Amino acid sequence: MTSHSLYGPLADVSGDAGYPEEHPARVGFFTDTSVCIGCKACEVACKEWNGLPDTQDVLALTGMSYDNTRELGSNSWRHVAFVEQDVIREIADGDGSATRWLMASDVCKHCTHAACLDVCPTGALVRTEFGTVIVQPDVCNGCAYCVSACPFGVIDRREDDGRAWKCTMCYDRLAGGLEPACAKACPTDSIQFGPLDELRDTAQARVEHLHATGHPEARLYGEDPDDGIGGAGAFFLLLDAPEVYGLPPDPVVTTRDLPRMWRWAGVAAGVLAAGVAVAFTGRK
Amino acid sequence: MTEQPQVPPAEFQSYYGRPILKVSRWQEPHLPLYLFLGELSGAMAMVGAAAHASGRAPLARTARLAAAASAYAGSAVLAAELGRPERFLHMLRVAKPTSPMSVGTWILTAHSGLASAAAASEVTGRLRWLGAVAGAATAVTGPAVAAYPAVLLANTAVPAWHEAYRELPLLFVGGAMTAAGAAGLAASAFSSDRADFDAARKLAVIGAAVESVAGYSLETRPQLSAEPYRTGSGGKTLTMARYLTLSGGVVALAARRSRLAALMSAALLTGGGLAAKFGVLRAGKASAADPKYVVASQRPDSNGAAMSQAAVNGAAGSAAAVHGADAPT
Repeated sequence: MTSHSLYGPLADVSGDAGYPEEHPARVGFFTDTSVCIGCKACEVACKEWNGLPDTQDVLALTGMSYDNTRELGSNSWRHVAFVEQDVIREIADGDGSATRWLMASDVCKHCTHAACLDVCPTGALVRTEFGTVIVQPDVCNGCAYCVSACPFGVIDRREDDGRAWKCTMCYDRLAGGLEPACAKACPTDSIQFGPLDELRDTAQARVEHLHATGHPEARLYGEDPDDGIGGAGAFFLLLDAPEVYGLPPDPVVTTRDLPRMWRWAGVAAGVLAAGVAVAFTGRK
Repeated sequence: MTEQPQVPPAEFQSYYGRPILKVSRWQEPHLPLYLFLGELSGAMAMVGAAAHASGRAPLARTARLAAAASAYAGSAVLAAELGRPERFLHMLRVAKPTSPMSVGTWILTAHSGLASAAAASEVTGRLRWLGAVAGAATAVTGPAVAAYPAVLLANTAVPAWHEAYRELPLLFVGGAMTAAGAAGLAASAFSSDRADFDAARKLAVIGAAVESVAGYSLETRPQLSAEPYRTGSGGKTLTMARYLTLSGGVVALAARRSRLAALMSAALLTGGGLAAKFGVLRAGKASAADPKYVVASQRPDSNGAAMSQAAVNGAAGSAAAVHGADAPT
């Protein structure tokens, strides 16, 4: 354990987890939502490759634009969000109203400081040699602590199976030298897979290009190692505030505050001991 | 945080109003019941040790049996809530300081073992010295068993739990004292020993005071995440808990001789402690279900109470708001 193991930037996340020095480079996703066309090939490829069951009401229409997947969950490890906004645009004859259509493929963030992994009491959630976070289905006992700990609402328990499930970044494919199914299937390269360092450079160049070409609203989300989760292994280029896409604006790994929480619990334990002592002193 | 923000209540942006977080899978009655049984066991173990030390043998016996029984009942409820109950022992594969559930499991395991040893020695009359040592050791594990569940809840992304990490432990140890005080009142109502009765009464009154003050500060925190403790199903349950606990405390204070009053106080306090646990679970779920609590806790300019209009309206045109200084806690 290093001094940063609960919070803050961490240069070598697999090394911190105990892998020997020669472990592979940390890999991740850069999801550039500015080129997403909402085809959901990522959702389909993920379901196919990982053999994910149907969501219960798979044919129900939500009325949320083209999004009938609703959210990430135990059976949906990629989720394409569709946001329709009325905006005023400059057009040839003056200003006119138009619809801006935002699409974004969400996924597990594979946090540098992953709350799900921190709180897992069985050791079912582990860091892989690639720096990703996976659940071991043969270990998970379905306590559901990770479900409440994840600041992105990603991981969930499959109620018919009793265990927690989430994106593995196609651990089996990575081990075989392949890229994850969603990135492979993405027709516009909205989902890019690769070594995290390289992706961060690519993303920086992309956001600068967008700023220079009249898109000041473009911003990176989750790429900063100084943020509340130590930087995400899967980060995004967004065209609006994170909460518009259903993402938390500035998530912090809950474990950052763990020492403080134990101190207050210690104070309370002292109050309890004092209360019992007072009740039992005095005349007998 | 004395000044109210000078902006009208803001509209929070969200994705079709959908939750950002997953609502906890922890269920009623399992989790609230466990919280109640755990704190009861913790406090009863301490009562047992205190009663033993001050020479109240009958009370020590009752308390030790109750401490062991509630520890086992609590563990059973916990196991029943797992998605894979048959894998309960997987909890003991590892010891993880970063997981309050792992730490809590080990605390509970030690506590149940010691409490059972103390109780077994009481029942069989064998190895009394060992029972006494185990009983004394539960005076150390007891407070830990009663207080750790507050860290279990607070160490989540759930705004109403995470941001209440100061108040929750006090609420739970207050509940531990009222639960043990109530059990003591009920047990000693029919005993001729005035000293036992007085000790239980004192514990009940102190507990009711701590629980009420902690509950009040939980609801009146400046953060927006205090709201689910006042409103909705969680708010109603906690208000009921407050009335039950306060009236139980007042009746305990007044119950100098009356058995009926003692029993009534025990019922009120037990009901109040149980209701408080249900209310805490409900408030936590409500705060995870509404994205505004997450946004409010993470937007540095939201001032913990309401977002500024600039942050709401300007978000589409400005990239500046994305990575501000962190705000929670």
